Amino acid sequence: MTTRSGTHAIRSEQDVVLSRQAVRKLAIECGLRLVDQTKLVTAVSELARNTVIYGGGGDMDWELVEDGGRKGVRLVFRDEGPGIPDIKQAMTDGWTSGNGLGLGLTGAKRLVDQFDIQSAPGEGTRVTITKWN
Amino acid sequence: MAILQQATIDAIKQNESALLASWIENLGDGGSLNDSRISREDVSRQAREFLSLLVTASANGDAADLTRSEWLDSRQFLEALSRSRAMQGFDSQHTAHFIFSLKRPLFDLLQKAYAADPRALSSELWMISELLDTLGMHTIRSFQKSREEVILRQQEELLELSTPVVKLWEGVLALPMIGTLDSQRTQVVMESLLQRIVETGSEIAIIDITGVPTVDTLVAQHLLKTVTAIRLMGADCIISGIRPQIAQTIVHLGLDLGGIVTKANLADALALALKRSGLTVTKAAG
Ligand SMILES: Nc1ncnc2c1ncn2[C@@H]1O[C@H](COP(=O)(O)OP(=O)(O)OP(=O)(O)O)[C@@H](O)[C@H]1O
Ligand SMILES: [Mg+2]
Repeated sequence: MTTRSGTHAIRSEQDVVLSRQAVRKLAIECGLRLVDQTKLVTAVSELARNTVIYGGGGDMDWELVEDGGRKGVRLVFRDEGPGIPDIKQAMTDGWTSGNGLGLGLTGAKRLVDQFDIQSAPGEGTRVTITKWN
Repeated sequence: MAILQQATIDAIKQNESALLASWIENLGDGGSLNDSRISREDVSRQAREFLSLLVTASANGDAADLTRSEWLDSRQFLEALSRSRAMQGFDSQHTAHFIFSLKRPLFDLLQKAYAADPRALSSELWMISELLDTLGMHTIRSFQKSREEVILRQQEELLELSTPVVKLWEGVLALPMIGTLDSQRTQVVMESLLQRIVETGSEIAIIDITGVPTVDTLVAQHLLKTVTAIRLMGADCIISGIRPQIAQTIVHLGLDLGGIVTKANLADALALALKRSGLTVTKAAG
């Protein structure tokens, strides 16, 4: 069940910072512990930066969700960039097409409770993550 | 082409001082004159100067096309005006009011000048109105550009302010990092640390990240690069201030800081640095 939702534009490095701050607030709001706040915010940093660098900019949809007394934050990072030709390869620790560490996607996956990635060449990329309290 | 009639130019020239007086009065009504940031004399001088530029330009320039060279002086004047208003802390509305408050006096003047010729009046009014709108828009655009420059400069100043490399002991430097480590800032900070190591001949550098809210792959990459560079210079590096929640996040992220010496806080890092320099701290007897 969604209690509240919204969208943030993610076009620049500055937006990456702003999205982190916005998600930090949401995490506090639904009662995430400090460690979980930090994990979620770090995942946001990775995915938002990928959206800017590889996706050429996009949006982050946020949702405060509830599932039987559990509260959580669900986020969707979407862009209409080039997409990822080989998702398995992209989801390998240490693999980067640029000059990163190649840990953003896999690291983000380990930092949250639910992770889903959808992408195809020419069709953009869509990553959905959820963190429960 | 839209060139103002000679009669309009003549009317303005002949009534220049009266026009100026009511323009300045209008500026005063808008609150532009009783403001401690700018003197009445300055505003009057600017009004006089701009009016004469306007007359010169519209006498031979196309009033519908301000990109033409006849308008260069007017444009530059407004750009300089916007810049100085932005520096003085005025807002865009106040700045544009300089131009828009000339409308009323000019309209009144034309109404008298063309009392016998309503058709000419309406076409001249239209042209002048368009002209002043365009000049006003140009003023606002220049103002915004200046504001952005001011903000950018402040950001750069902040960038330098927030990168203090401090000497903790002979041969021991510390860099307390605070805030968001975006790429640009991190670059500046790291460069100044390397520079100071050379200048002071320090052997140990401590990077304290207690004040950094998020350590992600980008921040880690910057840190790793800096540590490598410090080692290449023959010095050692300790990273301190890794809070528990950051430590856990780093592990899940999969970052390998294995080769780096880390300490929980700056005090522990300093103790280690002193030990490595062969120094011990003892309580004074007594
Ligand atoms: N939104 C996206 N659009 C297109 N390609 C993407 C997107 N996100 C990730 N990729 C591809 O997946 C690869 C792996 O991404 P990941 O975030 O794991 O590593 P990285 O960004 O290269 O390095 P870092 O460790 O600094 O994040 C990227 O190098 C890029 O080729
Ligand atoms: Mg990445």
